[in-house]
Amino acid sequence: MKHLLSVTDLDAAAATGLLDTAARLKQALLGREVRKLPTLRGRTVITMFYEDSTRTRVSFEIAGKWMSADTVNVSAKGSSVSKGESLRDTALTLSAMGADCVIVRHPASGSAHRIASWADRDQETTGTHTSVVNAGDGTHEHPTQALLDAATIRERLGGIAGRRIGIVGDVLHSRVARSNVFLLATLGAEVVVVAPPTLLPVGVAEWPCRVSSVLDAELPALDAVMMLRVQAERMHGSFFPSAREYAIGYGLSADRAALLPEHAIVMHPGPMVRGMEIAPSVADAPSAAILGQVRNGVHVRMAVLYHLLAGATS
Amino acid sequence: MTLLIRNARPYGEDAVDLLVEDGVITAIGTDLEAPEDAEVLAADDQVLLPGFVDLHTHLREPGGEESETIASGSAAAALGGYTAVFAMPNTDPVADSDVVCEHVRRRGAEVGLVDVYAVGAVTVGLEGVKMAELGTMARSRAQVRMFSDDGRCVHDPVIMRRALEYASALDVVIAQHAEDHRLTTGAQAHEGVVASRLGLAGWPATAEETIVARDCALAREAGAALHVCHVSSARTIDVLRAAKAQGVRVSAEVTPHHLLLTDARLTGYDPVNKVNPPLRTGVDTEAMRAALAEGVIDVVATDHAPHAAQYKDTEWSAAKPGMLGLQTALSVVVHTMVEPGLLDWRGVAKVMSERPAEIGNLPDHGRPIAEGEPANLALVDPEGVWTVRGDKLASRAANTPYEGMRLPATVTATILRGRVTALNGELT
Repeated sequence: MKHLLSVTDLDAAAATGLLDTAARLKQALLGREVRKLPTLRGRTVITMFYEDSTRTRVSFEIAGKWMSADTVNVSAKGSSVSKGESLRDTALTLSAMGADCVIVRHPASGSAHRIASWADRDQETTGTHTSVVNAGDGTHEHPTQALLDAATIRERLGGIAGRRIGIVGDVLHSRVARSNVFLLATLGAEVVVVAPPTLLPVGVAEWPCRVSSVLDAELPALDAVMMLRVQAERMHGSFFPSAREYAIGYGLSADRAALLPEHAIVMHPGPMVRGMEIAPSVADAPSAAILGQVRNGVHVRMAVLYHLLAGATS
Repeated sequence: MTLLIRNARPYGEDAVDLLVEDGVITAIGTDLEAPEDAEVLAADDQVLLPGFVDLHTHLREPGGEESETIASGSAAAALGGYTAVFAMPNTDPVADSDVVCEHVRRRGAEVGLVDVYAVGAVTVGLEGVKMAELGTMARSRAQVRMFSDDGRCVHDPVIMRRALEYASALDVVIAQHAEDHRLTTGAQAHEGVVASRLGLAGWPATAEETIVARDCALAREAGAALHVCHVSSARTIDVLRAAKAQGVRVSAEVTPHHLLLTDARLTGYDPVNKVNPPLRTGVDTEAMRAALAEGVIDVVATDHAPHAAQYKDTEWSAAKPGMLGLQTALSVVVHTMVEPGLLDWRGVAKVMSERPAEIGNLPDHGRPIAEGEPANLALVDPEGVWTVRGDKLASRAANTPYEGMRLPATVTATILRGRVTALNGELT
C-alpha cells in the first residue's frame, strides 16, 4: 500500500488485513501502562489540516506517537497557506522536509489524490517517497473513519459479512457515508442508505447499496444503524423544511431506537447534534458504540501507518 | 501575390489545381499553368476545405496574457486550419464597449494570421444587469456581429428578452451560455454516477435545458437570432429540435470535447478535465454526434479556453474550467464524425466553416471553393496521424485534455486571402 486515498484502494483482503492489525495492536496495548511501541521510531508523520477537526487530527497524532513516530501538526491557520501558498507547494514543501507520511484533510474533494500525484511525480526526480493518507476530502471520502467503523462493527457484532447496516441522514454531503457504503459492501455487508431524496446524490442508485426514505421501515431489520451529522448550513438550503421536521422523520429518538433488534448497535461518526439526529438517551445507551468507535480509531490509524510505513502487507 | 495549389481535392472530391490571385480563386482546373511569379503549393491529393470559422474562443487578451494572447491564439488557430475566430468578451477589461472590441479586432489584424472578430458583451461587465451598448459596438470599426456574456448566463429573463429584441434590429446574434446558476451553485462536475462517487457537487443537465427552452421562446416572440453555446446534454437537443421545427431562429454549437470525452475521465481529479459545461456521459456524446450529423446542432465551436499552469495544477474545486481546442478540433471531428461515417468532407466544411460564417455574419468566410470566391482555405491530410503534446501547441497554456492521444488527420496548410499562414505544422 503506497497511499490511502479511498476505500476503493482496498480489496476485501487488504481491508481485513488492516482490521486484523488494528485488533492485534489493540490487544497488545490493552491494560498497558506505557502505551508505546517502537515500530515507527525515526519516521516522520505530518498532519496537514485545512478544516477544523478534533477527533481525527488528535487520533492520528496519538496513533503516530504510540508507534514512536515523530508527529508534526500543520493547520491552514497560522501557516503559509494564509499567505496564499498553493496546496501543491505546501504539500511538496512538507514532503521535502522529510515527511514519510502526510495526513491531509481538505475541503476540496480529490485533494488527497492531487497531493499523492504531486508526491509521486516528485519522487521520480528526488527518489524520496511520501505516503499520503486521506483524512477527509470534501464530500468525497474519509477512509480511516470507515475502517474504524468496520472495526467496531466486527468487534460488536462478531463480523461484517451478511450484516445489514443502515446509514441515515445527509448522504449527499457525507464523505463518511461514501467511504462506509463502499468499504462495507466490499466486506460483504448489506448496506441501506436512508435519507430524504434531497439528501441523496443523483447516481446513488448505482452504488452497492439499497436506498430508502423511510427510516421506520428499515430499523427492525438492521444490525447496526449509523447516524450522520447534519450540518447547520443544510437547514438554509431547502434540503428539508426544518430541523424539527428532520428530527421527526430521520432523528433517532428513543421510541424509534426501540424498533431496532435487541442486538443492534447505534453508531455516529461525531460530532453529534444531540436532539436533532440522535436523542441523548440513545447516544448514551449501552447499545451505542460511539465511544468505542473513537477508541478503535486510534488502533485503526496505527494499523494504517504501520502498513504504509513499515511495509506490512497483511 | 499569386498562389497555385496543385492537386488538391476540394471536399475530398476529384483532384484539381487552383489559381489564387490577390486573395481570390481565379481559376480551377486540371494542369493549370503556373504564372511566373506564382508560389506553388503541392497538395498531393489532400483534402481542401474552406478555412474553418470558430464562433467560440477565449484569446484572453487583454488581461489574461499569462494564459494566451491574441498572437499566440491566432497562431493556434492558423495551425488548426482556422481563418476566422470569434474572441469572447470575458477579458479584463471586459469587451463591453466599442473601445475594447476595436482593440481586439485591431490586434488580430496586426498579427494577421487569422481574422479575429470580437464578441461583445450583452451586459455591462458581464454582470447581467444592464444592457451594454450593442448598437455602438455593432457600428464600430470592430463591426461586432455576435454578443455573449459567455462564461456566465444572461440569467434575468427580462434582460435576455430586451437583448434579443434590441439585437433583432441590428442584425446581430445573441449567443447564450445556457446555465441556470441557481441550479449549478458550487457545481463541479456533471450530476450523475461519477460525480456522486467522487463527491463533486453536480451540474444538472436540466440547468442547460431549461434556459435553452426559455430562450427559444423569447427568441420566437422577438423574431431574433439566438445562438446556443456549447450544448452538452442530450435533453437540450430535443428542445432545439422542437424550436427549429417551429421556425425559431436558433442555432447551436457543440465543442470537440463534448463530442469525444466523458465524465469517466474525472476519477483521478486532474483538473485538465474540468470544463463548463462539464464533460457528461457516453449517452450525451452519442447524442451530440447524432445531432451534429442531423443538423439540429449546426456547428462545431472549440470553446478554446487556455489557462496557465497555476490555474490548473491545483485541487479540483480551485481549478479554472476550460481546455485548449483550436489545434485539435479538426482531428477530433474526423475521429468522432468522419471515421464513423456520420459526416463526409462536405459535412465537415458545413459544420466547421460554412454554417459558423453564416451565424457569425461573415461574408468572406465559409464560401464555396469556386472561381471568384475568396481564398480562405484549409488543406487537410486525412491520412495524417499525430500525437498531442500540450507543450508543443502554439498556445501559451498547455491545458489540452488530449495529451498523449494519437489523433487522425493533420492540417497541412491554412490560407487566408491567398496567403499561406501555416504550412506543415509551422507558421509561415
